[in-house]
Amino acid sequence: MNQKKRGPVLTGAHYLDGDHACAEGAIAAGCRFMAGYPITPSTEVAERLAERFPKIGGTFIQMEDELASIAAVLGGAWSGAKAMTVTSGPGFSLMQENIGLGVMTETPCVVVNVQRGGPSTGLPTLTGQQDMMQARWGSHGDYEIIALSPSSPQECFDLTVTCFNLSEKYRVPVMFMMDECVGHMTEKVVIPAADEIEVWPRRWYRGPKDKYLPYEPDKDGVPPMIRAGDDHRVHITGLTHDQRGYPIITAECQHLCVSRLSDKIRNNADDLMIVKEEQIEGADVVVVAYGISARVATKAIGDARKKGIKVGFLRLITVWPFPEKKIRELAGKVKCLVMPEINLGQMYREMDRAAGGKCKTLLVPHCGGWVHDPNDILKAILEGAK
Amino acid sequence: MNPNQLIGKRGTADSHPMEDFLRMDRMPHIWCSTCGLGTVLTAFIGAVQESAIPREDVVVVSGIGCTGRAAGYLKYDSFHTTHGRAIPYATGLKVANPRLKLCLISGDGDLVSIGGNHLIHAARRNMDLTVICVNNFNYAMTGGQAAPTTPQTAQATTAPYGAFERPFNIPFLVDSCGATYVARWTALHVRQLTVAIKEALLHRGFSFIEVISPCPTVYARRNRLGSGLDLMKFYHDHSITKNFASTRECDIKFQQDIIVGKFVQKEEPTYLDMMDAQMKKTLGAKFVPYVGPMDPAKDK
Amino acid sequence: MKYWRKPLDAESKKAPHGNVHVIFERCKGCGFCIAYCPKQVLEVSDEYNRKGYHPPVVAHPENCVNCRLCEALCPEFAIWNTLDEKEATAEPGPVKEGR
Repeated sequence: MNQKKRGPVLTGAHYLDGDHACAEGAIAAGCRFMAGYPITPSTEVAERLAERFPKIGGTFIQMEDELASIAAVLGGAWSGAKAMTVTSGPGFSLMQENIGLGVMTETPCVVVNVQRGGPSTGLPTLTGQQDMMQARWGSHGDYEIIALSPSSPQECFDLTVTCFNLSEKYRVPVMFMMDECVGHMTEKVVIPAADEIEVWPRRWYRGPKDKYLPYEPDKDGVPPMIRAGDDHRVHITGLTHDQRGYPIITAECQHLCVSRLSDKIRNNADDLMIVKEEQIEGADVVVVAYGISARVATKAIGDARKKGIKVGFLRLITVWPFPEKKIRELAGKVKCLVMPEINLGQMYREMDRAAGGKCKTLLVPHCGGWVHDPNDILKAILEGAK
Repeated sequence: MNPNQLIGKRGTADSHPMEDFLRMDRMPHIWCSTCGLGTVLTAFIGAVQESAIPREDVVVVSGIGCTGRAAGYLKYDSFHTTHGRAIPYATGLKVANPRLKLCLISGDGDLVSIGGNHLIHAARRNMDLTVICVNNFNYAMTGGQAAPTTPQTAQATTAPYGAFERPFNIPFLVDSCGATYVARWTALHVRQLTVAIKEALLHRGFSFIEVISPCPTVYARRNRLGSGLDLMKFYHDHSITKNFASTRECDIKFQQDIIVGKFVQKEEPTYLDMMDAQMKKTLGAKFVPYVGPMDPAKDK
Repeated sequence: MKYWRKPLDAESKKAPHGNVHVIFERCKGCGFCIAYCPKQVLEVSDEYNRKGYHPPVVAHPENCVNCRLCEALCPEFAIWNTLDEKEATAEPGPVKEGR
């Protein structure tokens, strides 16, 4: 056992599962506050942080339910901490109201959903990708959200850091849409040295305290933030509010308040888009996939290429905001877009809508509980190439 | 502290002494004439001043309802959160920055009904929060629906033939869950309430004060109890001060005597005390106490 | 004020005197201050303010002892006392005995 004293970041090569890698990613990003509630298959993230935090100066509190967890995370963020919670489908449903509060009050935080088979109690120990639409539309009212999807334990580490960075830059809760397969899959995870990991600071307000307006946006549409306890005497509410944070119950204020919340994400969709492309140029069929389904699709793509089909691969890392522009552009150049997902068609609807009828779109659905049979994806590719 | 002492900053001829602690740009507040909530605010502001807690440390968190609007009128860092979730939100603020003094001002429906689970756990943990629960026996903001505090036979819009459920005895509830400071006063007992809030603020651990307050427009009107002033006169004639009474006996029946006073006051380790002690005991030198929230001066 | 028996230091003590300030337009006519002033200093005014309420009028300003109960009870932050410093140094007056 290496007795050398080292910082919190677990630099080195490790053999970790996705849940554990996510916890390490949070630590590397500077998260030192976590409030959670156990739910399979996300519990390991909370357990690892419960074990690691007291040795690195973090604080973990197990709350009484998921509603309390997300509320505590929002409170922790307003105290000035980088805050995170983890859950799965049923807990994610419980958290929606306060995710809405996080969006409305522009609170930076990360919500990890290690998806499992649903609906309802469903398949607690088996995989699914069935909360993808819920990540975007789960809370009531109009809003935009950022959601990322990892395909490997390495990405569980890397993208957790990205989630924290994006939540700080855009002052919005970021949904990290893992799935049980990626969460419980053990692979090599390389954690760089702490100074090699890019961690973005919070957008702190640095002007005179009495002139602070909590919702006066900077040029990119995002307002700077403060923390409670620094004598700004700020008022934060979930009611529709003006730049001072005071509730104004009128249609005009609603328009100003709510449209900016959506615009700050929509107008920056290009900046937020993270995708991995492979052999898209000249392809007849492009497979668009995310999460564990993307891993399975690589087998089907390989088989199809052996049969001489020109197949490209677009792996989505940012799932929300959905890369509409990219899909629209691609739809004009290919015969077919194929999307395998472990659900009955969620992100597929977005892809189909964005394609706008310019090409064929095919869904390879799966009810959940296991990953696709690559042959089903291969069949769809062959169908699309006709 | 003697309740008869003059409490809080003294005024000048030109302005009310509490204006500096209120968001005067949002006045007048929305509360009805003869509602007791404004009085609860004067008690709160007076208590904060008397406690000498630095102003920047005071954070007010409220939920949804008439009482929930209190956060919007107080000029401290204030958070108006979702229905029932003020307590876990405040828990997050406290645990992430233990220096802060968390004051919750919320209503009976918000704290005890939808927020009930959070209430019992915060009391169980002896989380260092000061909770002021204003009890007007119904959900007033939404028009007077029955609440878990509505006394039997009282009228409410969702109990049009009279409430028949047994209501909560809130001091008993929080006492049994482990609250370490429990008191009940009415809006009329404004001096005792101010002293109680001050004690609760300075108390380490979960402090809970129930404030019986008149609701003229809804509860009183539906039950033909007159105006808020008539209810204050009722409190005057029917409250019995019994400090350190057993909370078991403090239930409230419709238009009958109300026991008020400070019921529980004990010193016990708080959640953070217990957490640090346990970590030190098990981890020894390896324990790294919580580093605190990010510092804007260093986070660049 | 009537005393049960004359206090032993009545000759040297004098109750303070306070001035009552009312922000006429802020009042919402709850009546708490009028009902609970221990010296019956306030009465309901006949005038209306802009909100349509009858604010209190300081009917007996000489009786105010700066107890600040009206200030504490007022839900609208519309009434408060200030100590009348001049009066505080004046000579004590006679004390009336009796129940």
